[in-house]
Amino acid sequence: MRPLKDILSHLLDIPDDRTTPERYRIVRRNIATLMLIITVVPLSLMTVINYFEYQTALRNEILAPMRALVNKAKYSFELFLAGRLSTVNFIASAYTYEELADDKNLNRIFRVLKKEFEGFVDLGLIDSRGTQVSYAGPYDLHGKNYAGQGWFEQVKVNGVYISDVFKGYRRFPHVAIAVQHITDDGKEWIVRATINTAKFDDLITSMNLDPESDAFLINRQGVFQTKSKFYGEVLDQSPLELPKSFEPAVIEKKDTLGRDIFLVYSYFNRSDFIFVLIKPRSEVMKAWYTLRADLLIVFLIGLVAIIVVVLRLTDIMMKRMKESDDKRLLAMREMEHSHKLSSIGRLAAGVAHEVNNPLAIINEKAGLIKDLIEFASSFPDKEKFLSLVGAIIQSVERCRTITHRLLGFARRMDVEIQILDINDVIRETLGFLEKEALYKGVTINLDLDENLPRVPSDRGQLQQVFLNLLNNALAAMEKGGAISISSFTKDDKMLGVIVEDTGQGMSEETLKHIFEPFFTTKKAGQGTGLGLSITYGIIKRLGGDVEVQSRLGEGTRFTVYIPKESPEQAGT
Amino acid sequence: MNDWKVLLVDDERDFALTLAERLGMRGIKVNTAFSGQEALDLLETYQPDVMVLDLMMPGMSGSTVLRKVRGLYPNIEVILLTGLSSTAEGASGVSQGAFDFLTKPLQIENLIEKIGLAVRKRSADEAGQEK
Repeated sequence: MRPLKDILSHLLDIPDDRTTPERYRIVRRNIATLMLIITVVPLSLMTVINYFEYQTALRNEILAPMRALVNKAKYSFELFLAGRLSTVNFIASAYTYEELADDKNLNRIFRVLKKEFEGFVDLGLIDSRGTQVSYAGPYDLHGKNYAGQGWFEQVKVNGVYISDVFKGYRRFPHVAIAVQHITDDGKEWIVRATINTAKFDDLITSMNLDPESDAFLINRQGVFQTKSKFYGEVLDQSPLELPKSFEPAVIEKKDTLGRDIFLVYSYFNRSDFIFVLIKPRSEVMKAWYTLRADLLIVFLIGLVAIIVVVLRLTDIMMKRMKESDDKRLLAMREMEHSHKLSSIGRLAAGVAHEVNNPLAIINEKAGLIKDLIEFASSFPDKEKFLSLVGAIIQSVERCRTITHRLLGFARRMDVEIQILDINDVIRETLGFLEKEALYKGVTINLDLDENLPRVPSDRGQLQQVFLNLLNNALAAMEKGGAISISSFTKDDKMLGVIVEDTGQGMSEETLKHIFEPFFTTKKAGQGTGLGLSITYGIIKRLGGDVEVQSRLGEGTRFTVYIPKESPEQAGT
Repeated sequence: MNDWKVLLVDDERDFALTLAERLGMRGIKVNTAFSGQEALDLLETYQPDVMVLDLMMPGMSGSTVLRKVRGLYPNIEVILLTGLSSTAEGASGVSQGAFDFLTKPLQIENLIEKIGLAVRKRSADEAGQEK
């Protein structure tokens, strides 16, 4: 139980600390293994149990009729022999010694016998000393003495004797039956008859066996008493060994022909004979083999179905899991990103505000100097001082522009929809990047539609969109090149802004993934792979759309569509 | 330039004094206060036409001063100065009754123009009240 528990806990243990692809691989493997175990194990168990249950049941069902058949056949043989024996017994008892000793009488009796009972070959009387007294039949046996022969001694002891099959002078298989009769006054004689065993063959034929099966009689020494289809002729030694048990039984073995066989045998009660029925296993178990094949097919189909379903399910589950993980991660990163931006914004606002106060003082002091010079009627080097003070005031003005831009950046974090002139937003955003473009030698072409309608949107978010696109455009150009920005009215519902660069462009493969989160072509650590996915997210939130066209080595063109109606009204 | 009376309130003494001197050179009578409380105290004895008020001050903030002044002396017009964003705070000040707002650093011509407009509005209001 303990190792099982260990395996289960190992499978259920989903690592958290691995790198993402490995983690998914392990989770996928564990889930699939677990599902396969809990489905395949019961299926296999059921199949194995069914296999053995069916095997036992079918075997019994098949072997029982074989046993019955053997018993029936044995019974027929015994009935036949008992009938012949009682006939001989009747003759021995019904007639006196004198009547039987007379050849004429005996011949008459023999004729009747042959007429009424088939199979009798001859009939003879033998006296107590073993001498053949009279004889009716094809051979002349008069005067022959049997004293000392085994059968004679046996009949003297047992009163009856049934011989094994032997071949007589005419080379036919025969069985001899001898019966001793003792009168009340102690006179004794023996009547001996010979029976043709053709009847045995008839009995076996009447069993209607299939061509692969065999049935025969053998004696306890293993000598064939009837002809076997596969193993030998009458009086040959049987190659098949039988157990020395009188209980009728079924045994399985390999025969001399190399076949797997079922051997059913039954010992006769009152003679040396054993009846044997042999059926090849393949024949007998045909139904079982079919069933077994069916069982195997069902098992295999089930197995394949389970594996396919499990793998499919696991794949789907893993895909869902990965998707939701990605979404969660993206949301987290987006939050982190905007958090970062908003703290940068707050910092910038603080700095701008702190700087504004001293700037205001510089401004006023310089202003006062200017006033004093201007108001004075005469002042040496008046013009020179005025131009110096003017330069100070101009520089203060420049600083003022910078601090107010920083404050504007900070304000971008507050989501607010206001009526905007998109062209203004573009110009404002460009202000952040003009210097960088200058250093890189990038020309910026503005082609703004001055009749563009004002639209309700979020200034900060749009600034971020344009900033991302312009940053990407700048990054796409090593040295020189041009960025073209144009605005236009697309239709009743949308405005469009195109940001186009003459940079390195993108392959089709890159284009496919460009808006996916964490997709980046920049070196590790240089890009989050979030810029365009955030851009995409913002535009979608604002109810707009973004398209991208690019050709490797020629440049990239982003087209952003902004709705003329506010996003809430547009229902997005 | 006329005889406009202005109260300039800013915690940056240097800024307030310099600006006051510059306005004075242009014929405007200017008093200065360096905190909200000082301004309110001064108002008990001195009634300017226009009050130029910095929004970001330690102690009593500009918007508190604005509220009190609008309550106590409704005929003093207030022009706000803000070092922060040009729109958000100034706009909210205007909605609370300020006449207008300017961002620091400011250009003196703009300030004088706004003061002039405020004085004119005040005279128009007074004329309306007399009628």
